[in-house]
Amino acid sequence: MGWLYQGLLVAALALLACVAVGNLHDNLAARGLKLGFDFLWQEAGFEIAFHLIPYTASDNYWRVFLIGITNTLLVTVLAILFSTILGFAVGIAQLSGNWAMSRAARIYVEIVRNLPQLLHILILYNVALRALPAPRAAISLGDAVYLSNRGILVPALTTDRPGLLALAVLVGLAAALALFRSLTGYAERSGRSVNAWLPALAVLLLVPALAIGLSGAGLGISVPRLKGFNFAGGWVLVPELSALVIAMAIYNAAFIGELVRASIQSVNKGQREASAAIGFGWWQTLRFIVIPQAVRVLLPPLSNQYLNILKGSSLAVAIGYPDLVGVFTGISINQTGRAIEIVAMTMAVYLAISLLIGALINLFNHMTRIVER
Amino acid sequence: MTDAATLPAGRARPVPGSAGALPARAVSWLRRRLFASWRDGLLSLGVIAVLGAIAWAIVPWALFDATWHGASRADCTGSGACWAFVSAKASQFVYGFYPPAERWRPDIAFALLVAGLVWLMVPRIPAKAYAGFFMMIVLPVATFLLLHGGFAGLTVVPSDQWGGLLLTLILAVSGITFSLPFGVLFALGRRSRMPLVRWFCIGFIEFCRGVPFLTVLFMAIVMLPFFLPSGTKPDPLALAVVGIIFYEAAYMAEVVRGGLQALPKGQYEAAMAIGFGYWRTMLHIILPQAVRKVVPGVVNTTISLLKNTTLVMVVGLFDLLNIVSAGVSDPLWAGSQAEGYFIVGLVFWLMSFGLSCYSRAIEARFARAERT
Repeated sequence: MGWLYQGLLVAALALLACVAVGNLHDNLAARGLKLGFDFLWQEAGFEIAFHLIPYTASDNYWRVFLIGITNTLLVTVLAILFSTILGFAVGIAQLSGNWAMSRAARIYVEIVRNLPQLLHILILYNVALRALPAPRAAISLGDAVYLSNRGILVPALTTDRPGLLALAVLVGLAAALALFRSLTGYAERSGRSVNAWLPALAVLLLVPALAIGLSGAGLGISVPRLKGFNFAGGWVLVPELSALVIAMAIYNAAFIGELVRASIQSVNKGQREASAAIGFGWWQTLRFIVIPQAVRVLLPPLSNQYLNILKGSSLAVAIGYPDLVGVFTGISINQTGRAIEIVAMTMAVYLAISLLIGALINLFNHMTRIVER
Repeated sequence: MTDAATLPAGRARPVPGSAGALPARAVSWLRRRLFASWRDGLLSLGVIAVLGAIAWAIVPWALFDATWHGASRADCTGSGACWAFVSAKASQFVYGFYPPAERWRPDIAFALLVAGLVWLMVPRIPAKAYAGFFMMIVLPVATFLLLHGGFAGLTVVPSDQWGGLLLTLILAVSGITFSLPFGVLFALGRRSRMPLVRWFCIGFIEFCRGVPFLTVLFMAIVMLPFFLPSGTKPDPLALAVVGIIFYEAAYMAEVVRGGLQALPKGQYEAAMAIGFGYWRTMLHIILPQAVRKVVPGVVNTTISLLKNTTLVMVVGLFDLLNIVSAGVSDPLWAGSQAEGYFIVGLVFWLMSFGLSCYSRAIEARFARAERT
């Protein structure tokens, strides 16, 4: 019986595929098109307002594709960073014993998560950022960060040897992690209380400082300054990027806040009482009893939410930020007519990242599963 | 159970130690929940100050300083909101570009939808199976015939004139009513013992969950026509609906699968023991129980689907959100985005929040039914 159903399914799919391919052949012939990826080496011929890797209008579509990916990843990383910070704050505030605090957090969650993400983005871009003053009258935060309708300006780190600095930061990070792990491992083996944070932090800062000092590389901070009608120096977050990141952070923080709240509440009350009974203080209870158990509950849905942020970053197209969908699936299809190839490539990128992160989640679940003795 | 039900609600019972006068109890409550320590007190005052500042900014803008009547943005001289924009464009917000003389047709469709929803959602009204049939077969066909016209003297109104709330509801309702049954099928397929069926369903579900909704919309609108018979000119609205159903069915499938997995194995074995086949087991034993477990998940997916319908603006449809852009593109009303987004946001918020309240109520009802 089972074989009959499976045979029918395969036959139906094969029939569908035959009809679709036949139609595709007719449609392509009627429009004088051919399938293939040779268009990737054609000159794109349009400008892109924001790119992290060098680009001019005479570059090819492959370059456009890469710029789309890097811009999407930039938005995703920034939105994940800020929504995580805000989301943890919202989640903890919801559990606050203070009535005003928990109510305020609850109101925030209920308002924000029941509005479409696209509405958040459009409000931020079309209403909030437009209401900001022109650069000449920009709102200054400590004379270092400026908010204006041309975007957000933040101080930038400048160096004449960026490769060296990046390498030093990476080495410092690795060394600090190794030191932290060996110190906490020692603390666990010996039963002594060891502060592992300070030495690790010191190593993290010392390695880049030493590298800069010994090599004699120049290092400076470029602070934005008003010159004429616009700003010079600093790092400009273009309005599209700023609006997108802020709106996505606000929207996703409501969901992350709910996940954080649920994960902390999932830790059995008896665990806290037992921890108090053996004389643990508030911080020790949180650090050694609540967080390790809450994280195990939190991480799978949290990484799912991070995937939602990655997928949600495609809404960038609505306000003209050149992400993968905007610049590749949008403009490039209009220019080349290669709908099938381009949609397939775009989907392949998102699928690859999703499957990669999904595999990492499974790995993490496997590593942190409760080992039954 | 019966004594608990006949007792008055918990708060009406006297609580020991709270027998004092109301002011004294209020003070004790404030002490405990707002001013337990000086740090707590500062925090409370800070939070109240921030909330107050937000209200102080929004309430005068929305109410006291607002302009309610006018023929163009120029009439809105106050510092507040220009609600004249919303009242001038109200019919566009609801019907889109549907011809004014024909608007009784969407009105009937709205009434049919409300009737169907009440029938389906109010637990006391019987014959839910017929309500499902009405929502899935009668309503879509009737709505389409009514809105499109072209028979019995009704003029044809092409779908590019449908818009606003009408379009949002068409997308959301058709998306939900069709993605749920497909989702159930995919969920059953994913748990099937037949490897080919299982692989097909896993592939479909994981594909949909791995890509953004927007790329599925692009696939439906720009890629799908290549695979249809040459010469057909498919309707963009129909393609968008196909995209929504396709995408949300995968999410519904995962929700339903959660409910199927939560059922104890004994249920399957008991059904088998009394000689039920696969479909009878599923229809009479498994699904009715699984559905109760997945109500919150289905409502959550429905809310996200409702919010996702706004994405059709990217492919050029004028749903409730995009109709704001159409409104402000009128030179008389340029610069009225804030008012438009406020109203549209309010409508979306009421719909989503209403759905989640309904879900909580139905969950509590099922929980009560379980206990008796």
